[in-house]
Amino acid sequence: MPDPNTAPLPDGLVAVVKKDCPTCVLVAPVLATIAERVGVTVITQDDPDFPQSADWVTYDADLALSWHNQIETVPTLLRVNDGSEADRIVGWSQEAWQEFTGLSGLGTDLPEFRPGCGSLSVDPNLSDELAVRFSGSTLTSRRIELASLEDDIEAMFDRGFSDGMPVVPPTEARVLRMLEGTNRPPSDIVAVVPPDLVECTVEKVAINAVMAGCKPEYLPVVLSAVEAACTDEFNMHGLLATTMPVGPILIVNGPIRHEINMNSGFNLLGQGNRANNTIGRALQLVIRNVGGGRPGGVDRATQGSPSKIGLCFAEDEEGSAFDTFAESRGFDRNVSTVTLFPGEGPRLMFDQKSRSPESLTKHFAEMLRVNVSPRLVMQMETVIVMSPEHMARYRDAGWDRARFLAELEALLMIDGDDIVAGAGGIEEGMPEFLAGHQLPKFPPGGIHVVHGGSHAGLFSTTIAGWVGGATGSVTVTKEITR
Amino acid sequence: MTVVLDPTAELRPEARERVARPESLNGLTVGLLDISKPRGDIFLNRVEEKLIGLGANVKRFKKPTFTKPAPVDLRHEIAVSCDAVIEALAD
Repeated sequence: MPDPNTAPLPDGLVAVVKKDCPTCVLVAPVLATIAERVGVTVITQDDPDFPQSADWVTYDADLALSWHNQIETVPTLLRVNDGSEADRIVGWSQEAWQEFTGLSGLGTDLPEFRPGCGSLSVDPNLSDELAVRFSGSTLTSRRIELASLEDDIEAMFDRGFSDGMPVVPPTEARVLRMLEGTNRPPSDIVAVVPPDLVECTVEKVAINAVMAGCKPEYLPVVLSAVEAACTDEFNMHGLLATTMPVGPILIVNGPIRHEINMNSGFNLLGQGNRANNTIGRALQLVIRNVGGGRPGGVDRATQGSPSKIGLCFAEDEEGSAFDTFAESRGFDRNVSTVTLFPGEGPRLMFDQKSRSPESLTKHFAEMLRVNVSPRLVMQMETVIVMSPEHMARYRDAGWDRARFLAELEALLMIDGDDIVAGAGGIEEGMPEFLAGHQLPKFPPGGIHVVHGGSHAGLFSTTIAGWVGGATGSVTVTKEITR
Repeated sequence: MTVVLDPTAELRPEARERVARPESLNGLTVGLLDISKPRGDIFLNRVEEKLIGLGANVKRFKKPTFTKPAPVDLRHEIAVSCDAVIEALAD
């Protein structure tokens, strides 16, 4: 990170300029006047003899002064007291420069105002290299040199870093750029990641986010997801180790959905959107690479599911007739959150003919009875991703979330006689002592409704859960902070 | 030449030396860890019979739930009170 103490500026007035800037050329005589009357140190970026050869001109050959002092525009005029910056102005303004230097009459022969140019230290062709040169040393991960004849994408596969699809090679420049997505220092511990129970730093998360294809602005979501996954409640270890085909499903709410262009509409559970498709993948790469969880190792999934690659989507809050999913989890809608649900693959819930909320709810109940198995009750939660056309049935009838859930739960009471082991000649089933009881399909609070999808299509989705409660995984929501 | 940053925990767990394999189990204490999966106890009961037949002493342990790692205290207890351990996996 830039640190002025690494490249301190001299006390007094300091100007940063480059010759390849018409405004700097324009103010060159003014700088000479300031030097003569009150003194100034001019730091020149591209020509040691610009604005002239003089003992008050310093050549910032490696751009360290400019980079560490975060000069973005030239000319920049600064005042430095006791080694630290007191004030700065950028570009040329006759009035501002006169006030800043205390020299009335300064530059009166020049135009009153001229904007500056970009500093060489933020030139897109140089900035990555400078970031590595000046702050690469703050990254502590082991450097892996790839042989010059090695294809760098293939090298990632060869070293076992990939989930089976190509990953972006995590060079220092890319990782540093990724780290600009958060205010947290690279050395911060984010979580202890299973199954190896390893302390995972912001830097390691950033490396895996680069590999997954994330943009820097996605990193706060990934960091919060890693934190949520590694809580005792969410129990990522169990979710990974189980033979069931389940993984962490990420649901994003709040303003960040729009800030990072997440998809909550067409095909929100499918391909096509970068944020949706890389954020969940980044979490899974952290589990794989940092935590050491790999299929056939601690990951014992018998068959797995596409959800385990990394399923992440956003809610269409604006189009919903219900409160937002995050609000149902106790968060304000102005707060960005990520919820982790332990779930399997999405499954269609088809209904093209219901025009009343009662009919649609009854049909949903029929379809939800078979989640995981019609003979399993009270153990697994579910997510319903309700489409806009299905949601319209409830909007038209004035139903809110509470009404919908109350009606649905009442329809999801299962007769224990039908599902105990042995009933109907099927050996699988609930214990015999549950015969004669009415049993809820889902545990209390176990139906999560999220609104999303395109505006045409009378299809919703259920995502069935894994074992809930203290012996399994509990759905966890975290606020996303920068 | 491309240089990338290691995405792993860089653990390379220092290869821990295993206790030398015993010549016989006679007189040794063998821990049997039940991970709390259904029917694991049936399997371990049979293993226990066999081990006792070989002259071993058997101590039984059980994890609170198969979905989570064994608590550190349980692992420590097994390590200090047994000469060998057999963990019953499931499925």
